Amino acid sequence: MDKHLVLSILVAAIGAGTPFVFAALGELVTEKSGVLNLGVEGMMLVGAVTGFIAMTKSGSLLLAVVCGMASGVAMAAVFGLLTLTLMANQVASGLALTIFGVGLSAFLGLDYKSFSLPGVNELPLPLLSELPVVGKLFFSHDILIYASFILFAGVSWFLYRTKAGLILRGIGEAPKSAHALGYNVIKIRYMAVLFGGAMAGLGGAYLSVAYTPVWVEGMVAGRGWVSLALVVFATWRPARVMFGAYLFGAITIAQFHIQGLGIEIPSQLLSMLPYLATIIVLVVISRDAKTIRLNSPASLGITYHPEA
Amino acid sequence: MNFSKKQIVASLVSLACFAAFSMTAVAADKLKVGFVYVSPIGDAGWTYQHNQGRLEMEKNLGDKVETKFIESVPEGQEAERVIRDLAKSGYDLIFTTSFGYMNPTLKVAKMFPGKYFEHSTGYKTARNVGTYMCRFYEGRYMAGIVAGKMTKSNTLGYIAAFPIPEVIRGINAYTLGAKSVNPDIKVKVIWVNSWFDPGKEREAAEALITQGADVITHHTDSTAPVLTAEEKGVYAIAYHSDMSKYGPKAQLVAVTHNYGDLYTKIAKAVLDKTWKSEKIWNGVKEGSIKLAGMNPVVPKDVVALVEKTRQGIADGSIHPFQGPVKDQSGKVVVEAGKSLSDKELLGMNYYVEGVQGDIPK
Repeated sequence: MDKHLVLSILVAAIGAGTPFVFAALGELVTEKSGVLNLGVEGMMLVGAVTGFIAMTKSGSLLLAVVCGMASGVAMAAVFGLLTLTLMANQVASGLALTIFGVGLSAFLGLDYKSFSLPGVNELPLPLLSELPVVGKLFFSHDILIYASFILFAGVSWFLYRTKAGLILRGIGEAPKSAHALGYNVIKIRYMAVLFGGAMAGLGGAYLSVAYTPVWVEGMVAGRGWVSLALVVFATWRPARVMFGAYLFGAITIAQFHIQGLGIEIPSQLLSMLPYLATIIVLVVISRDAKTIRLNSPASLGITYHPEA
Repeated sequence: MNFSKKQIVASLVSLACFAAFSMTAVAADKLKVGFVYVSPIGDAGWTYQHNQGRLEMEKNLGDKVETKFIESVPEGQEAERVIRDLAKSGYDLIFTTSFGYMNPTLKVAKMFPGKYFEHSTGYKTARNVGTYMCRFYEGRYMAGIVAGKMTKSNTLGYIAAFPIPEVIRGINAYTLGAKSVNPDIKVKVIWVNSWFDPGKEREAAEALITQGADVITHHTDSTAPVLTAEEKGVYAIAYHSDMSKYGPKAQLVAVTHNYGDLYTKIAKAVLDKTWKSEKIWNGVKEGSIKLAGMNPVVPKDVVALVEKTRQGIADGSIHPFQGPVKDQSGKVVVEAGKSLSDKELLGMNYYVEGVQGDIPK
């Protein structure tokens, strides 16, 4: 394979990986606070449909993104109400949220089925995009992809370089101790859950507005579940989440190139490859039991009862 | 006031008779036609075209018909229920417009021998079940001529759904059309294993463009390939519907299928009581296959050549699979002076010379 081909696969991989970046980084923050929200798929779908409707009605990308995020927040708020205020089981509530999101998005999108939008223009950054290789790879995308880079930097900085991030992680490890120190566990978990919802909504909106600008029922097609898996396999490290997302994207793109080049591998097998390869690679790089224990939030998925 | 039992029964019976009479009276002057669609209508694609046909039929026959459609009906069990409900609620002619409705349609048809069923793209008929489909390959051949003339890289990209004869026939006809004007043509095929998946279709289109294809076409349902071609500045040939709205610069032409005349004819036959179970396979000649949305960048002489080919196909002097046709290994599959029969066309399972790669097994 020549250099040009490899580069173009990598460029396309960034686009294909971006919905995972949004959704998985959001879920990572949620999980770091000790809450497991399995409703990512549902939140992405609702974000996708509201983003699409907003874009169709207004033609404004900003409004589409805001609506997508707001609807993700609304979905997450329902989840928060159930699990944090009413203390329902997180796994069951998350699954219910996904099932609810599938139905709700189909209903909301009833009048928009199979309609298409013009898409979002690429916005090459001046000077930076002219750099060899790197320019094409990182600085010749649409604005939402740049936003995902900023999100990654922001989440990494927040979690590991700020006091607020330390508190959030502390709550995910030992909510009782955090409570004893005077932190409002429920409030902080609410914020983490809502942030996760906003990011899932944004990931969904990116899909329906920029990546494949059409609305199709169930168009998220399991990306929410892959995002959840990425967080676990990346052992809750933002950089590994990014790597996993782009790896998944790259293999998704590469399988089509392999077909186009006429290499004889059954296309059904190729369709499986992104899932297999991503899981294997992430398991291998994170196989150290100690890092897993260190990074996985100790109270993940456990309901916190303030009075208890 | 006292009613005897007899009086009550008598009045009930006469009421029932009256009701039955009024129902038959309505049914006699209005034919109720039902349509079952596999996907939402949307604004382009397979189901959109069938729905256009329904609307055209309504326009042609006016108040002689009353139509109803049910969209997004999954193939299989669910379809059987929907078709049965239509038949039960007085629909006398029912069009089922997806391959997977074949067995459900036949099953329901057996339960309602007095109703008429038309199944699209199937191969099984019954006394009250006919089938209909279009000779897409004729349109593909003409589109291939446009692609062969407009490509600069001599590489054409084809996004395909499933390796079944219908799709393979389209790939081959397209290749033969392109090669008829440009012998150096190569066609690259990517299988996405889905009829409708905008994400995969987009990714496949991007891969083909990167590998040098400068005209993209698709045998899938979404607008994603045309949108991607527009974005990347290459040409596209749309399928099902005119998609020039999504790729005003990209779309060279669209291969479309049209059902208005056919639906009108079938409904009329039912109204006139002349309906017979048939296997209809209409093409350019009957106006079922048309090219639409020709881009002004296509030179006049190419447009004229396409029109000449259209006439030739319509009057039978041109056949897309006219010998000599060679397969990929160079073996002659259609001898000079011969063309493929319908039966051979329906079972096509090889690529012609010029297509790259292998058919997935």
